[in-house]
Amino acid sequence: MTPRNEVLRLDRITKRFGALTANDAISLSLGEGEVVALLGENGAGKTTLMNILFGEYVAEEGTITAFGHPLPPGNPRAALGAGVGMVHQHFTLADHLSVMENILLGTRPLWSLTLGMAAARARIGDLVRDFGLAVDPDQRVGQLSVGERQRVEILKALYRDARILILDEPTAVLTPQEAEALFATLRKMVARGLSVIFISHKLHEVMAIAGRCVVLRHGKVVGEVETSATTPGALAAMMVGGAVTGPTIAPGIAGKALFRLNRVSTKGGEGAPGLKLADLTLSAGQITGIAGVSGNGQAALSDLISGLALPLEGSVEIDGEAAPPRWTPVEALSRGIGRIPEDRHKVGTIADFTLTENAVLETHGAAPVSRKGWMDWREAEARTRAIIAKYDVRCPGPEARIRLLSGGNMQKLILGRVLEAAPRVLLANQPVRGLDIGAVTYVHGQILAARDRGAAVLLISEDLDEVMQLSDVIHVMSHGRLSPPIPRGTATVAELGLWMAGEGFTRAA
Amino acid sequence: MRLEPIANPSALRLYGLPALALAATVVVASLLALIAGADPFATLGLIVDGAAGSRFAALETLNRATPLIFTGLAVAVAFRARLWNIGAEAQLYAGAIVTVLIGMQGLGAPWLQLPVMALAAIAAGALVLLGPVVLKTRFGVDEVVTTLLLNFVMLLFVGYLVEGPLKDPAGMGWPKSVPLEKELRLPRIIEGLRLHWGFALALIAAVAVWVVQTRTVLGYQIRAVGQNAGAARFAGIRVNRVLVQTALISGGLAALAGFSEVAGLKGHLSSDLSPGFGYTGIIVAMLALLNPLGVVLTALFVAGIFVGADSMSRAAGVPTYIADILLAVSLLFMVLAIRLTRFRVVWK
Repeated sequence: MTPRNEVLRLDRITKRFGALTANDAISLSLGEGEVVALLGENGAGKTTLMNILFGEYVAEEGTITAFGHPLPPGNPRAALGAGVGMVHQHFTLADHLSVMENILLGTRPLWSLTLGMAAARARIGDLVRDFGLAVDPDQRVGQLSVGERQRVEILKALYRDARILILDEPTAVLTPQEAEALFATLRKMVARGLSVIFISHKLHEVMAIAGRCVVLRHGKVVGEVETSATTPGALAAMMVGGAVTGPTIAPGIAGKALFRLNRVSTKGGEGAPGLKLADLTLSAGQITGIAGVSGNGQAALSDLISGLALPLEGSVEIDGEAAPPRWTPVEALSRGIGRIPEDRHKVGTIADFTLTENAVLETHGAAPVSRKGWMDWREAEARTRAIIAKYDVRCPGPEARIRLLSGGNMQKLILGRVLEAAPRVLLANQPVRGLDIGAVTYVHGQILAARDRGAAVLLISEDLDEVMQLSDVIHVMSHGRLSPPIPRGTATVAELGLWMAGEGFTRAA
Repeated sequence: MRLEPIANPSALRLYGLPALALAATVVVASLLALIAGADPFATLGLIVDGAAGSRFAALETLNRATPLIFTGLAVAVAFRARLWNIGAEAQLYAGAIVTVLIGMQGLGAPWLQLPVMALAAIAAGALVLLGPVVLKTRFGVDEVVTTLLLNFVMLLFVGYLVEGPLKDPAGMGWPKSVPLEKELRLPRIIEGLRLHWGFALALIAAVAVWVVQTRTVLGYQIRAVGQNAGAARFAGIRVNRVLVQTALISGGLAALAGFSEVAGLKGHLSSDLSPGFGYTGIIVAMLALLNPLGVVLTALFVAGIFVGADSMSRAAGVPTYIADILLAVSLLFMVLAIRLTRFRVVWK
């Protein structure tokens, strides 16, 4: 489809990484004042395509035309000059500089004697007003919330006269309210003739904001539709190549209590509160969901269960026995606690290690992966191959570095590592954040299967839908406190919302 | 100009670029020789000749490489765990001091006393690095500063020992210790050739370190801690304990350089026992990309340049400082080349 007043055209872009074809002859065009959504599973090639457009990668084949002029490949400066701005999924801001300084960074010649602060300030003020990007230009970026940082990134692009803005998974890190504000900003931008490429795999967002939708799968364009002429179901089917069937969730059958916190408090850290007198019981065969806005003590809870933090007061019981005073990750593992950490890149895996080395991170200290201090790499590799096959980890092989994998495949390897140890208690902290529908379904299915095998599952998520869909029992977390348990099906979104907002845990009933 | 990562570098890239770095080093060396007023080809020829042109030269290079293998291994092991041990020099001297001290006690048969000397040296070097590492793990003190400064502390201590308690009364006033008895010297590998068992010990150490790194649980944990301490801790690896273990190995290896120099070559302790072997070990380890077997090769290369430049300087009159420049230049080029095996430069 060629839109009217085309501002950007990607023509048959092909990019290979070794044997993998990340982008296979992808064509895309963007009109003035248009929002085009680029939809696809993790690893479908969305980010690669945008990195090529922005000049961070060089495509083997294909051309890019912006505003009628060809864009030289592999040159972000040329892309910027041509009016293409990009907001990465992971922000590229200097924490210790102010918002102003971050925006100006790289816009002034090195040998310029003045920074032209006054003019810049006025200009930024205009942009903030025009596009509803509320942020204080003199604040340090390190003190800003995630939503505010994203606004700074957008301001950075607009300050450089971007006419085409690429947003890579912009809502992955935002609260629903922040996402709404972002959409309002985007609407103002297109009203002024700017064009937006919106990368996402959240269907309802795509339906809400995009006029047109290009769907990628395995590096190829598999569909292009007007959002007004399609449904979320049809888009999802295009993305995963079949109708998505969510797991039919039968309630779990509660067994005995496998993990219990009695009035436990822990130290907080990094701006987040610790636990405050938390009571929690995880029962076999049940999923206990923790709902709440992130930064309300979820990290503290997760650290405590993982063995990274000690309780300051209160008691921790595992299967009826008190946790040892030296509570460590090794103790947690040896007592059958499986942990899926929140940050799979920095905590769950070691980027430059191979899949094999990552797969045995938690089991390498004992037989059969090692004996008397000697690693049995053959055994380790065999186990890794088994995980790769059983959990459908798409990768070049067990010897590949894990950094080459997409988030979904990385998570599948972690899932395999954790579940193959047959944990009795399973901590799943944000297990599907940033994953595509196919991977989400898969991970949820595996968590439910673990529950049905009798594991006591603790699901921590910022996604209320996810918590309500999967959990047999829900607690709300707010300011380090845990609400009383709410059985499945008895909580309303409004009620949970009030609790999440810190209005106290009293029930209307 | 910017760098774009390469997923699967070609063999040409992997081996060609380091070769190019060596070639570039040679070009720079030639220019330096020209500036010094000598024929560049003759100068380079003399360096190669002086390093490996005769049996004597080659053996001299092997002897010089011996302490560099030990200190290179010490640095490589520590850097793998991101433990920045800049203090191999101090650990070397600790090993040398203990070697002499034990050597002065009559423990009976040399076959017993030599191993005791070596083990005691290892323990001393390990202890010297243990202090900074405990400060790091307990209080977060930067080990770069502590290990570096300990070098000077240790050198002054050696100065005190050889001027004072250990001074050789028969040394004509030279600040050196009483020499070790003849039977407490490391024997030569082949009778009549000036190469002692220290070199063989260094080769064994290199293989041992390689085996530890690739085959053992400890080696795996050291690499995990170095690559991502947070993930290692989460997975149940006791990061501080691994750092301490790494320090013991690293310090012990550096101390063996001191043992081997005293018992194998010099026979006594003095403040000029090491012309910076501890620091040169950093170059050796970096050039080898922290690979323990690579350390052997780069130690030979570095030793060859030193020995060759010495001999060239006598013949051609170009100052021996050319050796230091060559090493620095080769390190810079090599670091650059290795970067470029993983990244491609994209102009504009």
